[in-house]
Amino acid sequence: MTQAATSPTHSAVHSAATFTGLKCKECGAEYEAKAIHVCELCFGPLEVAYDYDRLRQIVTRETIQAGPHSIWRYRPFLPVTSQNPIDVGTGMTPLVQANRLARQLGIKRLFIKNDAVNMPTLSFKDRVVSVALTRARELGFTTVSCASTGNLANSTAAIAAHAGLDCCVFIPSDLEAGKVMGTLIYGPTVMAVHGNYDQVNRLCSEVANSHGWGFVNINLRPYYSEGSKTLGFEVAEQLGWQLPDHIVAPLASGSLFTKIYKGFQEFVKVGLVDDKPVRFSGAQAEGCSPIAKAFKENQDFITPVKPNTIAKSIAIGNPADGVYAVDIARKTNGNIESVNDAEIVEAIKLLAETEGIFTETAGGTTIAVLKKLVEAGKINPEETTVVYITGNGLKTQEAVQGCIGEPFTIEPKLDAFERALERSRTLGRLEWQQVMV
Amino acid sequence: MAVKVLVPTPLQKLTQDQATLECEGNSIAELIESLEHSFPGIKARLCDEQGQLRRFINFYVNSEDIRFLEGQNTPLTPGDEVSIVPAVAGG
Repeated sequence: MTQAATSPTHSAVHSAATFTGLKCKECGAEYEAKAIHVCELCFGPLEVAYDYDRLRQIVTRETIQAGPHSIWRYRPFLPVTSQNPIDVGTGMTPLVQANRLARQLGIKRLFIKNDAVNMPTLSFKDRVVSVALTRARELGFTTVSCASTGNLANSTAAIAAHAGLDCCVFIPSDLEAGKVMGTLIYGPTVMAVHGNYDQVNRLCSEVANSHGWGFVNINLRPYYSEGSKTLGFEVAEQLGWQLPDHIVAPLASGSLFTKIYKGFQEFVKVGLVDDKPVRFSGAQAEGCSPIAKAFKENQDFITPVKPNTIAKSIAIGNPADGVYAVDIARKTNGNIESVNDAEIVEAIKLLAETEGIFTETAGGTTIAVLKKLVEAGKINPEETTVVYITGNGLKTQEAVQGCIGEPFTIEPKLDAFERALERSRTLGRLEWQQVMV
Repeated sequence: MAVKVLVPTPLQKLTQDQATLECEGNSIAELIESLEHSFPGIKARLCDEQGQLRRFINFYVNSEDIRFLEGQNTPLTPGDEVSIVPAVAGG
């Protein structure tokens, strides 16, 4: 692998830029828009600051609608200066009205934001990576890297290949086969680390201290995380330039949740949508639910846990943005709930059978939490509710194997088919596999 | 034999650009005092006014988060590796 530039060219000031620099979310200290992610004074997270007066002048619904059919239609709201960002068709995924699922649950207006079909690697991570790698290129990096539970590795490897950047990714060694293959195919260096995601993440932070690479979720994290705002922008645009009443999203680090919130707030601030209260509810797996625990116990800090769940893509025991996610759920009158692995599998099947959407375990977690919230009366049946499905089920097939039955194996004869059809109508699906017709 | 300390990039200005250090201390709390003695100003970066570790900093001893051990009282023995890592990463 080619060693990256150890001192990238930090070209912070561009006339085309709508962002002004980085600002500490905790103490307010300001920094140039370089490859840094924490405040030197208090270690708080750095966030991109924008010139909203300028945004109000240059952005309208019409300018957005005239833009590309991808996240880059919102380019002025993203922290890049390039006129030609890396556009691999990421974003503008379907917002599906989920009438059958809604009826089954007993609510009226339910939408699924379906990033299971996001491009190019079938998860929402393509949004954040498209932004991070565009910014990495602007900052002069030639090698990019990440710590990943799988989806991010897929996305970083794929988009780096498209952009001609060298790539080295770090993953836990026990990931699902589909996620490992879905990374290796693009030809990056892959480090499978004996340990959970939090250990991978710590190792990656240590590597970042001495290797001058662009780590999408470490030193490029302020730019990377902004990509998730597009999940807020798109829903607002697809609902006809209005905000929903309630959103339900999975919580891993908590970053996605906070950026959907920021996306809605920015559209209000710039005058693209009317302000209204939006409730934010988060979903975790019981085997890794430090944010749900902090929410329930009314704490303003997160106690880390050691994950043990099939929902590996959201199994972050030490979530960086956990406290901010708790804060948003509280102030918007939302909830944070957790569900067990069996409920996650049932919810994957429920979404598939009612809406034709095959999601991975994170999506199963989100649907299961949606169901739990409805049953507990915590979602008003009249509310316009949007559920974020962030990944594709074909990547986590292990999770549902043994839970969905097998096909009938039959001879190519009409009577064999008729007998099999009869049995399919009388047997439960899980008994099919025991039948040879 | 001393304890090895891995220093994150935001603190390296205080450590003369050193990414790894050798330092003394029988616990994390003692190690922080020892670091302050060698690199004045570093304690104020790591701890708040009450002397508690800032919430956006994680300490690891031999790869284990000290919140799973004994926090700032976690004992150290010669040869241990202490890693100081900004909490905000990943996801």
